[in-house]
Amino acid sequence: MIRFDAVTKQFPGGTVAVEDLSLTAPTGRITVLVGPSGCGKTTSLRMVNRMIQPTRGSITLDGQDTSRMNEAQLRRGMGYVIQHGGLFPHRTVLDNIGTVPRLLGWDRTRIRARSNELLERVGLAPELGERYPAQLSGGQQQRVGVARALAADPPVMLMDEPFSAVDPVVREQLQDEFLRLQGELGKTILFVTHDIDEAIKLGDQVAVLRVGGRLAQVAEPAYLLAHPADDFVADFVGRDRGYRALQFQETPRLPLRSEPTIVLGEQPTEPYAGWLLVVDDDRRPVGWVEPHRIGTRTVSTGDLHRGGTVATEHGSLRAALDAALSSPSGRGVIVDASGSLCGTVEAHEVLTAIEGTRRPERRGSPA
Amino acid sequence: MIPSLVSWFTDPANWSGEDGIPNRLLEHVAYTAEAILVAAVVAIPLGLWVGHTGRARWLVSLANSARAVPTLGLLFVVSLWLGPRITGDLAFVVPSIIVLALLAVPPLLAGTYAGVQAVDPAARDAAKGVGMTPLQVLRQVEVPNALPLLFSGVRSAVLQVVATASVAAVISLGGLGRYLIDGIALGDYPRAAAGAVLVAVLAVLLDGVFALVQRRVVSPGLAPGGRGVSGRGKDSRSVEVEADSPSTPVRAPA
Amino acid sequence: MTWLADNWRTVLDLALSHLYLAGIPLVVGLLVSLPLGWAAKRWSRSYPALITTTGLLYTIPSLALFVLMPGVLGTKILDPVNVVVAMTVYTVALLVRTVADGLRAVPDHIEQAATAMGYRGLRRLLGVELPLAVPVIAAGLRVAAVSNVSIVSVASLLGVSQLGDLLVDGYNRVIWGELVTGILACVTLALLLDLVIVTGSRVLTPWLRVQGGRA
Repeated sequence: MIRFDAVTKQFPGGTVAVEDLSLTAPTGRITVLVGPSGCGKTTSLRMVNRMIQPTRGSITLDGQDTSRMNEAQLRRGMGYVIQHGGLFPHRTVLDNIGTVPRLLGWDRTRIRARSNELLERVGLAPELGERYPAQLSGGQQQRVGVARALAADPPVMLMDEPFSAVDPVVREQLQDEFLRLQGELGKTILFVTHDIDEAIKLGDQVAVLRVGGRLAQVAEPAYLLAHPADDFVADFVGRDRGYRALQFQETPRLPLRSEPTIVLGEQPTEPYAGWLLVVDDDRRPVGWVEPHRIGTRTVSTGDLHRGGTVATEHGSLRAALDAALSSPSGRGVIVDASGSLCGTVEAHEVLTAIEGTRRPERRGSPA
Repeated sequence: MIPSLVSWFTDPANWSGEDGIPNRLLEHVAYTAEAILVAAVVAIPLGLWVGHTGRARWLVSLANSARAVPTLGLLFVVSLWLGPRITGDLAFVVPSIIVLALLAVPPLLAGTYAGVQAVDPAARDAAKGVGMTPLQVLRQVEVPNALPLLFSGVRSAVLQVVATASVAAVISLGGLGRYLIDGIALGDYPRAAAGAVLVAVLAVLLDGVFALVQRRVVSPGLAPGGRGVSGRGKDSRSVEVEADSPSTPVRAPA
Repeated sequence: MTWLADNWRTVLDLALSHLYLAGIPLVVGLLVSLPLGWAAKRWSRSYPALITTTGLLYTIPSLALFVLMPGVLGTKILDPVNVVVAMTVYTVALLVRTVADGLRAVPDHIEQAATAMGYRGLRRLLGVELPLAVPVIAAGLRVAAVSNVSIVSVASLLGVSQLGDLLVDGYNRVIWGELVTGILACVTLALLLDLVIVTGSRVLTPWLRVQGGRA
C-alpha cells in the first residue's frame, strides 16, 4: 500500500506542482493518476521513488516512511516504467531486462533465466532478446520496459504514461496485455496518464488531479463517470461519459429474439427480404448478407457485410447497445461465451433495459 | 617528385641512427601518446563531471574558443617561456608536450561532454529510477553511451597532436617533423616531401587504429541507424502497426 | 603595445594576406561542398564514400599537405597557391559532411510538403532544403574558419607570408611584443570571420529569430 499524506511539492521558483495530496493506492490494485498537463501527476509519481523530494507531507510504503529508506534500495524494490521506455540503447534487450537483478547481485544464470522468462511473459519472441532497443518498434520497446520493471518481482510498480508514445492500435493491445498480466501478478500499481479513457479502462481506482496539483476526485471508474464531483471533473471525463459508463454495467436479461440464419457456403432456400445473418458451421456469426444480391448463389465471404459488432450475453450494456447500433439490419447480434449465436436485440430494447437498471446505489466516495 | 621520393626512401642511410625513419617514427608516436595521455587524464574526467552534473559548462565553451589561438604561436610562447627554466634535452621536449597536451584538451573535453549530454534523458531517468547510485549511472549508462562522441573527440585530438608534433620540430622537437623542417631549411625537397608522406601515413594509420578500437568498444546498439533496421518487427510475434520510425522516438517536452 | 604602434602597417598588410589565405578557401570550399554534400544526400550510397574520402583528406597534417602541394600542383614551394589549395581541401573535407548532414536533417515531412506543392529539383533545394540547413552549415563554416586561421600561420615555416611571420620572427629574435601581437592578431581575425558567418547565418534565417531567439 502506498499512502500520500498531505504531500506538497513546491519547486524552487515557487511553482506548486502538488498541493496537499492525500491518497491511498491499495495493495494489489491499479490506481491511476489522471489529469491535464501541469496537474502534478508525474511529480506525484516521482515522489514515491524519491526521484523528487516532497516539500511537505509524507509518503509511506506499507506503513514505512519512504524518506527514511535508502534511495537506491527503495527504487530497486519498485518497478519503474516511463513513456519512452527509457531503455539503455547500449544494452541488448535481455541485458536491459536484467538491469535490476544485476544491481541486486543475482548470479548470471539466474539473471539470464529470469530475463528470458520475462521476455516471453510480455509477449516478445525469444530471438528479440539479443537485439538492441534501436532495432525494436515502439510497442516492443514498451514491452521491454515493462519486463525490465518486473524483473526483480517488485511488489510495487510505478508507471508514467507507459503507453502514450505508441499508436492507438498498439496502445490498445498493450493495455489489454497489461491487464492480463496484472490479473496474474497482482502488483500494487500507481499509473499516470493524461488519457481519461485509459484511466477508466485500466484503473481499479482513478484519481483526477487538476492544474496546480490538487486532487479533484478519487473514485472507482464507474462512479467517476456517473457522479463527477464538480464541473472540472465532469468536463475532464468527457461529454459522452453517460455512454461510456454503460461499459461498467453488466447486461441484464435482454429480450432476445431468434434470428433466421444461413450457413456460409450454402444457398438461400427461400426468398427472404432484408438482411440475413450468416453463421459458420459452429453457429458463430460471421456477417450479414442481403439475399436479393446473391439470388440462388451460395453465400461466400465476399458477399458479407461485416459492419456490425458482436456483444456477449453477459458483457456490458455498452457492447450490447453498440451491437444494435452498428448492425446494418438494426438487430444487434448477441453471442454466448463460446461465440455462438444466442439471438438478436434491437436498440430500443437495450434502452429499455438500461432504463430498468436506473437505481442509484453505487460505491465510491468524492474527495 | 616520385623518383626522388623513392630514392630517398630506398637510401639505407635514412633507415638507421637517430635521424633514421624508425627512430623518428617512434619519437613521433611517443610524443603523441604522452600528450594524449596527459590531456585525457585531465579532460575526460572533467568532461564527465561537467556532462553529468551540468555544472561549469563555461569550461567547455572556454576550451572551444581557445582553439582560435594559433598553434604555432602557442608553441613559441610556451617554448620561450619554459625553455630557459629547464636544462638539457628536456628543454625542447617538455614545452612541446605541454603544448600538444593543451591542444588535445578542447576536443577531448568537448567530445566527452557532448557524449554525456547526448545520453537519452529517458535512459538516464530510468537508470536512476531502477535504483542505480550516481556512480553506477555514470559507469553503466552515461559512459557507455557517451563513447561514440568521446571517441570522435579522442580521434580529433590524436590528429591535432600528430599534426602539431610535426610543426613542433621548429622548436627543436624530434619526430617526423624533423624531416619536414630540416628539408625545408636545407632546400632538400625530397626529404621534406618524404617527411610529409610519413606524417600523413602515420595520421591515417593512427586514425584507423582508433576507428577499429572504437568499433570494438562501442556497443552495436549505438551504431548509427541501428544494425538490424531492416529486420525490425518483421519476425516478431506481435503484429504491430508501424506509424513512424520508432528508432527515433519524438521526445515529448519535459 | 609599443611594438604594435611602431609596426601596425606591417601587421595590417600581413593580416590582409592572412585573411586572403584563410578566407578565399572558405568561400571556394563552401561552393564546392554544396553540390558534393547534396550529392551525398541525394545518392545515399555515395555518402559513405564521400565522407570517408573527405575524412581521409582531413587527417593529413597541415604542414605535410603544404609540403606535398607543389608535388601535386607542379608549383614552387613558396607559391601562396599551395596554401590556398591546401586550405580549400581542408574546408571541403570539413564542409561536405556538414552540408550532407544539414540537408539530411531537414525533416521528411517538410520535403514532402514542398514536393507536394510542386517544388522540384534545384528549386526545392534552393528554396526549401538549403535555407533550412543554413544553421548546420554555418556551424561547420565557423569551425572551418577558426581552424583555417590557425593553420594558415603554419605556412610561414615554408616562407609564405602572413601573420605567422610575426610568430616566427618574434620567436627567433625573442621579441615578445611581436609574438604576442601575432597571436592576438590571429585570434582577432578568427573572431571577425566568426562574426561575419554568424551574422550572415542570422540574416539568412529570420524565422529562427522570431521564436524569441531560442534557436
